[in-house]
Amino acid sequence: MNSFEKRRQEAQKKWDALQNSRVPVIYVGSATCGLAAGAAGVLKAVEQTLKRNRLKAKVVPVGCIGPCYLEPLMDITMPGEPRISYANVTPEKAQKIVESLLIEGKPLADLAVGHFGDNGSDLTTGIPKFFDMPMLKPQVRVVLRNAGYIDPDDIDHYLANDGYAGLVKAFKMGPEAVIEEIKEAGLRGRGGAGFPAFKKWEICRGAPGEQKYMVCNSSEGDPGAFMNRSLIESDPHSVLEGLLTAAFAIGASFGYIYINTDYRLAVARLRKAVTQMKEVGLLGKNILGSGFDFEIKIKEGAGAFVCGEETAQIACIEGRRGMPKARPPFPAISGIHGKPTIINNVETLGTIPNILRNGAAWYTQYGIEGNRGTKTFSLVGKVKRGGLIEVPLGVKLRTIIYDIGGGSWKKFKGVQTGGPSGGCLSEEHLDIPVEYESMNAAGSIMGSGGLIVMDEDTCAVDLALYFLRFTQKESCGKCSPCRVGTWHMVTILERIVSGQSQSGDLTKLQTLAETVQHASLCGLGQTAPNPVLTTLRYFRSEYLEHVNEKHCRAGVCKELIDYEIDPQKCNGCQLCVDVCPTDAISGAKAELHELDLSRCIRCKACYEVCRYNPLAGNAIVIKTRRSA
Amino acid sequence: MKEKEYEKLFSGFKGIEDDILAIFLRVQKKDGYISEEAIRRVSRFLKISENRLYGVATFYPKFRFTKPGRNTVKVCMGTACHVHGGQSLSDAVGWQLGISLGQTTDDGHFDFQRVTCLGCCTLAPVVQINDDIHDRVLVTGLKETLKQYE
Ligand SMILES: Cc1cc2nc3c(=O)[nH]c(=O)nc-3n(C[C@H](O)[C@H](O)[C@H](O)COP(=O)(O)O)c2cc1C
Ligand code: FES
Repeated sequence: MNSFEKRRQEAQKKWDALQNSRVPVIYVGSATCGLAAGAAGVLKAVEQTLKRNRLKAKVVPVGCIGPCYLEPLMDITMPGEPRISYANVTPEKAQKIVESLLIEGKPLADLAVGHFGDNGSDLTTGIPKFFDMPMLKPQVRVVLRNAGYIDPDDIDHYLANDGYAGLVKAFKMGPEAVIEEIKEAGLRGRGGAGFPAFKKWEICRGAPGEQKYMVCNSSEGDPGAFMNRSLIESDPHSVLEGLLTAAFAIGASFGYIYINTDYRLAVARLRKAVTQMKEVGLLGKNILGSGFDFEIKIKEGAGAFVCGEETAQIACIEGRRGMPKARPPFPAISGIHGKPTIINNVETLGTIPNILRNGAAWYTQYGIEGNRGTKTFSLVGKVKRGGLIEVPLGVKLRTIIYDIGGGSWKKFKGVQTGGPSGGCLSEEHLDIPVEYESMNAAGSIMGSGGLIVMDEDTCAVDLALYFLRFTQKESCGKCSPCRVGTWHMVTILERIVSGQSQSGDLTKLQTLAETVQHASLCGLGQTAPNPVLTTLRYFRSEYLEHVNEKHCRAGVCKELIDYEIDPQKCNGCQLCVDVCPTDAISGAKAELHELDLSRCIRCKACYEVCRYNPLAGNAIVIKTRRSA
Repeated sequence: MKEKEYEKLFSGFKGIEDDILAIFLRVQKKDGYISEEAIRRVSRFLKISENRLYGVATFYPKFRFTKPGRNTVKVCMGTACHVHGGQSLSDAVGWQLGISLGQTTDDGHFDFQRVTCLGCCTLAPVVQINDDIHDRVLVTGLKETLKQYE
């Protein structure tokens, strides 16, 4: 038996021991979302509670299981019982749950959100199945199969869950057969464009040259998207296994992982994972006796959205300004230092081990013709149940937003797909299938998986301006359509939201958008106008209201709204005086308050306290031009 | 950084152009910014002109060239935070600190930056102060939040 197989068996034993642990096991979701919501405090409270009561238990930090709106999540497995999950756990709640369950054997069913057993037990009476929750029921877990389940810092957890089995199989199959399998599976790149993965690989494999490079694109510059980051934080080895498999297929002996330095946790987990790979012989010379050599270098990027684009990323890896280049030559022929290079997205790579392990036929059960498999999304914005989700391609937007996300609190307005390169779709698109072609036909893109839900409090014009400001700032400046065009578009949009628009602005905006789209050098400029073009198309009435009536129906555009204090209702409670960040409101206790509009930044703070605090009189009125 | 510290920092690198970003990231981690002195030293180490280096570093939003304040307030300007009122939050932070984005207060106590997504978008709007993430920050609670760092 070789040493890797031995290690795998030991890992299996270790995992089985954890599953059949004679002491309780406590899992705490510790990805970025969990930590931001306070997982560190929960972990500390758990450890203190165990110590104080002299209780024995294993504590395992895990990644993100998906429903981030429920973070911090804490799960407990009692010996011989199914794992029970608790949501929105505070340190106090953690103490209460641990004491109740571990000392008294009472699970506090009303605090639990679900259990992971196939069947319930006496202990789980009154607790539903975790995966029966409305948010999880329509989902499938292929790429995210281990996320929130295993300890991402422990390679043994991954090995025990069929980890690196796909790679072992790939070594037996040989590179050509691997490429064939990926072709059969119909896997398309998950970084946005949906280019067939096998095609790039084939070109690169056939390209002349001894030295080839394989790159994992973990740039994820889309603001408001965290699928790739979460996957790395929750299951780094799945991405690394995919990277190795892809490198083997194309014949690369060196790999880079390009990742933004600000993704601290993801970077740390990757570094640890790479060290562990070396320990078990998954890096270096003649890996697992296959004759395949491979080394990995983690390249930390320093921001810049454009560095997600392939040729810009190569420039960044080479230590230059991250500016894109005209293609061809494509990186598959001439990439890093002129050598054939393949760049694949994190999720593309994370999918590959699953395909190899289970076969292409298994993978194609998900999705629809031409769009096989699953896709992860980060579902956020004005949606009740936000988080990291995975669905088969071809599901309807409605399923994602309503069944999984639970809809908006207020009236639903639309959804932005594909981030700054994507478009804003409206109610009428809710029944289109989520796949590459349909999204393009609607003027948006699938993108890498950001979904931002908007409700009636979101202004479509303001959102278009938001994205344009972003792309204008991120434009590298190399080509003028993008550099100058986006700047002019921002100027026009700024006129519109501030009530200064001139006649013909909308036509000018449209023409300019089309020019930038067609004339820009790289994908950044070519897609930058999408948010404007789609909002002009689907939310035109909002533009017209801004232009003709100086009216913002969402009450967002600051220059088109005014605040007033209703003297009849103001009871002089001074709450607004306290919260106003600019000291725009003054007034003595029990006397009518006064608002200085010249200082007011329309941040809504006074409105919120005045409306929702029972001591206040609900006296603040936000006036749009129509209500005035 | 002192002479010795530069030597130590450089010793981990081969001295090739590919390492420019990695070196600057390390410098910024130590000093909090990229000083003129640092550019000079890196230039001598890599044998690449100061102009080139400065050109590369200024391309990337992560790098800063002025000394940061003792506490850094970063308001998330990602899309999820934007639709949850991130712009107002940012305006309000600016007023409270009396500075604009990118500036440092006169006493060097606060530094005001923006970031494009902290990766916890379901908890929007988010503000990061030093290493602490404050989730679901409303302008109504802003003064209290900032007070913790005074
Ligand atoms: C402006 C711009 C930003 C991009 N950002 C990313 C990104 O953050 N992550 C990513 O994987 N691909 C990004 N891409 C797409 C990449 O250029 C490339 O197509 C992709 O990484 C290929 O991987 P795939 O075939 O696995 O999808 C971006 C493209 C453009 C034009
Ligand atoms: S948009 Fe603010 S954390 Fe992602």
